[in-house]
Amino acid sequence: MGLRRRKALLPFILLGPGLAWLVLFFAIPALTQLYVSLQTGNFEVGYTFDWAWSTYSEALSEYDEQFLRSLGYAATATVLCFVIAFPLAYFIAFHAGRWRNFMLLLIILPFFTSYLIRTVAWQTILADNGWVADTMRSVGLLEEDGRLLATRTAVIAGITYNFLPFMALPLYVSLEKIDRRLIEAATDLYASRRQAFMRVTLPLAMPGIIAGSLLTFIPAVGDFVNAQLLGTSRQYMIGNVIQSKFLVVTDYPEAAALSFILMAILLACVLLYTRVLGSRNLEEAVV
Amino acid sequence: MRRTPLRRWLLGIWAVGALVYLFIPIGIVVLYSFNDPEGRFNITWEGFTLDHWLHPFQVEGLQEALVNSLLIGVLATAAAIVLGTFMALALVRYKFAGRSQANFFIFLPLATPEVVLGAALLGLFITWGMNTGFLTIFIAHTMFCLSYVVVTIRARLQGLDTHLEEAAMDLGASEWTAFRKVTLPIIAPGITAAALLSFALSVDDFVITNFTAGQTSTFPLFIWGAARQGVPAEVNVLATMLLLGVLGLMGLNLLYQRRRARRDALATSEPAQPAALASGLSR
Repeated sequence: MGLRRRKALLPFILLGPGLAWLVLFFAIPALTQLYVSLQTGNFEVGYTFDWAWSTYSEALSEYDEQFLRSLGYAATATVLCFVIAFPLAYFIAFHAGRWRNFMLLLIILPFFTSYLIRTVAWQTILADNGWVADTMRSVGLLEEDGRLLATRTAVIAGITYNFLPFMALPLYVSLEKIDRRLIEAATDLYASRRQAFMRVTLPLAMPGIIAGSLLTFIPAVGDFVNAQLLGTSRQYMIGNVIQSKFLVVTDYPEAAALSFILMAILLACVLLYTRVLGSRNLEEAVV
Repeated sequence: MRRTPLRRWLLGIWAVGALVYLFIPIGIVVLYSFNDPEGRFNITWEGFTLDHWLHPFQVEGLQEALVNSLLIGVLATAAAIVLGTFMALALVRYKFAGRSQANFFIFLPLATPEVVLGAALLGLFITWGMNTGFLTIFIAHTMFCLSYVVVTIRARLQGLDTHLEEAAMDLGASEWTAFRKVTLPIIAPGITAAALLSFALSVDDFVITNFTAGQTSTFPLFIWGAARQGVPAEVNVLATMLLLGVLGLMGLNLLYQRRRARRDALATSEPAQPAALASGLSR
């Protein structure tokens, strides 16, 4: 009896400390944010809790532009990541042979060079007097006084670049898992290569496509580093607003409200997306 | 059946192109560590010098920032690995009420933008009247590393045969001995991959650290601060060194695993490290 009870308790003992950490430093802060977002006041006179739901509508109407921009940039970057990463992942999974591990290593390697310094490197590459801009001007792709840096294109390119591995790796994992015999079976049964790809490979790769696009889209919507380093205030995203509200302006209630609106929008996007792609529940799709 | 390799060629060219795209900025980082800039901005190529490599710490505050980053990286990784390995074990090995909810809860921090996580933590520390600094960075990093560690090790555990441990216990090993002598060696590659990932994420984290650092500096915070006035070439040197260090560790680990694989039949089915990392990242 004693042994059986110990057995029943064991998973909770194993889980307990880690779970406590997450509750203390993830769940409780999130709830605290909700509480803070309903307060009014400012840094000097202090804050009082008075169910200030109006902060939400004000925040949304004041920063709707940044919200829409964040969603637009993130969606564009996610599509670009998919277009770049799918053939890459497909090649590694099906044709890379003994180069497979080496190519995977190359995808992972950017994680080990600072994200910020790579983005600063893009500043160098896209600089007004850099050779990329010069070349584009000389072939007429860019106007004489045109810029690459400090534009929407630069910010979206930066986001695409920074989140590419997050798209490529899940795609690879799901493609690699596909039983080749299924594809062979399809072609044996007179499916064209195209049909076999569309009706066997692609549906089987769906978990990777869902996971990869969420892993790219979610952090991309909240990103502010690329907009700050590669854009100007006209490219600022909602992350820039939350960041400065918290750390510069110290308008905590509005910053907290913006965080919650961001989370709500993301949740709605994720649910809609997984519904459209036909996954039964969220966790199954991403975990 | 080897016909029309054109499609494959095109795919291969695309794949190499994508990898080149990934590596252009890294190449620039390494290249400009040898640059000899005239002004503050290390943006145009002025000339070759080894100066920054010989004196990487001559920039004020850089050494302290790097030491903080490495220290927090090691401590947060250690904490996340200890907590996370047990969590993964509980989630894979035991059926209990609330397991799927626990899985979902652990996944949530990964689905939350960093700016939201950082802001929420800062809010908490302010409410508690806690001074932000080294300790709060450590708390925050352990929190976000933990989720990554759990999903990486869980993926490794999921394919694992429980009969081996049962056999060990049938042969008289205690539960703890069976865990230490059987389970742990088998999931070791998963733990290594998780530790590497966790360390990389911690050392490189800017957004959450920016909210929880107070007056404490870390390597990414230093770069962020320097980005406005021009990042010194010494930063490129240290970034390159970090990259080489991680590559060295990966290489050593691979060698070790190969040697062990030759010695030990159990290990032959182990995926090589990049694959393990990949499955960890993609959950």
